[in-house]
Amino acid sequence: MIEGVIGSPLVHGHPPTVADDCLLRNAWVCPEYVRTRSADLVAATAEHLQITLISVVIGAVIALPLALVARRFRRLRPGVLGVSTAIYTIPSLALFSLLLPFTGLSERTVIIGLVLYTLTILVRAVLSGLDGVPEEVRDAGRGMGYSTNGLLWRVELPLALPVLIGGLRIATVSTVALTTIGTIVGSGGLGDLISTGLSSNFKAQVLTASVLCVVLALVLDVVLLGVQRVLMPWRRRGEGR
Amino acid sequence: MGWVGDVIAWFQDPQHWQGPNGVPQRLLEHVGVSAAALGIACALAIPLALWLGHVHRGGALAVGVSNVGRAVPTYAVLVVLVLMPDPFGLSTLSILVALVLFAVPPILTNTYIGVSEVEPAAVDAARGMGMSGPQVLARVELPLSVPLLMDGVRLAAVQVIATATIAALVAGGGLGALITDGFARQNQAEVVAGALCVVVLALSVEGLMALLQRRTNPLPTVRAR
Repeated sequence: MIEGVIGSPLVHGHPPTVADDCLLRNAWVCPEYVRTRSADLVAATAEHLQITLISVVIGAVIALPLALVARRFRRLRPGVLGVSTAIYTIPSLALFSLLLPFTGLSERTVIIGLVLYTLTILVRAVLSGLDGVPEEVRDAGRGMGYSTNGLLWRVELPLALPVLIGGLRIATVSTVALTTIGTIVGSGGLGDLISTGLSSNFKAQVLTASVLCVVLALVLDVVLLGVQRVLMPWRRRGEGR
Repeated sequence: MGWVGDVIAWFQDPQHWQGPNGVPQRLLEHVGVSAAALGIACALAIPLALWLGHVHRGGALAVGVSNVGRAVPTYAVLVVLVLMPDPFGLSTLSILVALVLFAVPPILTNTYIGVSEVEPAAVDAARGMGMSGPQVLARVELPLSVPLLMDGVRLAAVQVIATATIAALVAGGGLGALITDGFARQNQAEVVAGALCVVVLALSVEGLMALLQRRTNPLPTVRAR
């Protein structure tokens, strides 16, 4: 029943249209691809977002107490910073691979790897944010009768907030980019689309997924910037530093 | 924990230490392309950043490029380059270009900040002594910005080693190829062994760069930061 020559548009059962053309030409930019595969794109973006958010949230929840411990017990500090530099130095592909014997081909492998990277950024951010609190302010707080804990929560952490959110922004943006490498264990969100696009030489899929990745990173960055403005209304004029 | 034994056995197998997929050959590829990329990135970024910092212009560009570099996945850039027509495609050039693209931002940003934040009083004093613009740059601004510059080169080196590993996902060579080869053959020992090789290389490079950073600091008594 095939009427057209093999490979001609007629094989697909309907006359060629201009919109189809970009798929046939294997163009980089193809609205028809976005239209016909929107379900795939949405699913991959959702998975990407989920992996990123889970990793950053877990990272933040662990980073704060870890940094506080490293601050309280001064002797631990060089160790914590040294380990975090070492983890930061390990390439993502190698880190995911090292987790393979423990967590196998699963999303957990990617999330644990990303949590480790997030930790290295956030622990540093908490420590340098708290280091940046002027000693006079601390003295004034003590003079007002704050306990060590009260000083931390009511004075030091609020003043360190710009640096903390700065760290959170860097961690989030890098995590979005690193999630793509999760494709090596089959959970890379948009990275999976890039990967299948590579193996089937499907340019529109590669470029669309790549652009979505960057857009996702920028959107999350802007959201965090908004959070900073809401939390620190007194700093709305002019960026710190 | 049987996998530990498998990994040790993998390292003990002399087959894995010779031939095109052996550790030495893969290491050589990895170091070769990384060193070339780092050299090219330094040659491009350092002069540009020195000049921008000297004239105090283009700060948004010099700093923004790092933020953009962080948001763009290295894997995406590698795949896009590989799907490009000649002279890109599956070639060393594609991988080299991707590595350079990701090595430039940290060097550019750090060098720019280093030069532009040199104490204005020091620059004024140099001018008062009769130094010309280029002399101020070469004798005052450059030496004072070396610690930050080297920080940027160190970050770039770490980034390049990591990106060169990911290059294996798009059929590049290097130590990452041991990992991807292991995944393709479902050989976990090879995956872990390859990853360990990458870790040793990355940590060695970081250590060497930290040493170099300390050695090149013209003000050794004043610790950076």
